[in-house]
Amino acid sequence: MSDDIRGMTAELAADPESLVFLDLGEALRRRGQLDAAYKVMRTGLARYPELARAHDLCARILCDRGEPDRAFEAWVTALQFDAGLVSAHKGLGFLYYQAGDLASAETHLAYAAQADPDDAGSVAALERVHADRRAGGQADSGTEEASAPGASAATSGELSLSAGPPVRLSASDRLPASPPLTFSFDEAAPSPADEAVFTGLDGGADGLLLLDANGLRLGGGLRDPDGRDVADEVAALLAGVSKEAARTARLLSLGEWSGLAVECGDGNLFLSAPTDSTLLLTVRGLDVPMGRVARFADRASAAARVWLERGP
Amino acid sequence: MSGPVELLDRLSSVRGIRGSVLVSAADGLIVAESLMTGVDGRAVAALAASLTNRMRRATECAGRREPVFLQLQAPSGTVLAAPCGELVLVAIAGPDVNVGLARLEMLNAAGRLA
Repeated sequence: MSDDIRGMTAELAADPESLVFLDLGEALRRRGQLDAAYKVMRTGLARYPELARAHDLCARILCDRGEPDRAFEAWVTALQFDAGLVSAHKGLGFLYYQAGDLASAETHLAYAAQADPDDAGSVAALERVHADRRAGGQADSGTEEASAPGASAATSGELSLSAGPPVRLSASDRLPASPPLTFSFDEAAPSPADEAVFTGLDGGADGLLLLDANGLRLGGGLRDPDGRDVADEVAALLAGVSKEAARTARLLSLGEWSGLAVECGDGNLFLSAPTDSTLLLTVRGLDVPMGRVARFADRASAAARVWLERGP
Repeated sequence: MSGPVELLDRLSSVRGIRGSVLVSAADGLIVAESLMTGVDGRAVAALAASLTNRMRRATECAGRREPVFLQLQAPSGTVLAAPCGELVLVAIAGPDVNVGLARLEMLNAAGRLA
């Protein structure tokens, strides 16, 4: 067992509510310890059943275990909680391709490629699907047999998911004879919806994070200094801050709290509440004084309110 | 060297600060206090420690260093907090407080306490 895994296991044992289970599950998956990774994820999902990223990671583990049916279900579940999760679209595109449903594969891969044009894997996979459709001549007419009744694609690129039974996926004899299509699930790109909230504001994909009262990300994004997407984990940790801040201010007869400024050794954070049921985290480096961070947070809050009133 | 109570008294003498309390970060219990009458020190201590701990975990998760100063803003006043090791120094201030000056005093006191 590596030191990293040992450390994360100890951390999780000390604090079972920690979101470190995501990192631990991924580390175990990368080491090929799929049963252990799956066990960690099931335990984590029992605590965070609405965390899309956890369902996504669970799907990848199931895929690695050779269980495409269950991976499919996990990715569909992930999209129910975050319809713009790029890695879930990539995964479903991959599974649909394996099942020979090129039209559905194209829909999901097109979404992934549009959301992250720099992801060469999605773009190449989409081109491959296009080529196969042209070669096989099996455009829309041949898709009914393998398409998933639980997932239908809207023309806008967003998924409309119903609660239908999951599709039975298998490497059928309809699988194209060309070399296997491979995917990398290791990138974590923001979805278009993540950035749409803060269109025109600097940091829509990194440094502005809008979340609901349950600690679920509504929009924006956050990456750590190493570039790792930490938005979902941080959002989950911030659940309940609004209530605590309100209780503290009320207890001291200070009125409704308007902001929580947090000065770190290497950055400035500002928490505000655009609405009663949402929280906005603004993160900037030390080069941006706290006063400016607060003013920027005001503008971002206004943008978030407009976005929430208009509807995502 | 000044003791905790002396440091709290000095902090509470800053114009606009209504009181201060030294809290155990682990359990939110009061270690020392210098509060005006009528302020529920125990509740303030517990909530301030909880907020500070939550933000500490969030900043750690975001790959940032630990918080050194927090300010909860409200129209009729503000709550200031400065973590210092296993303790959190908390001050309650009115709207007329000079936050910059209070911050300097708190960081200075937190440094001594740590």
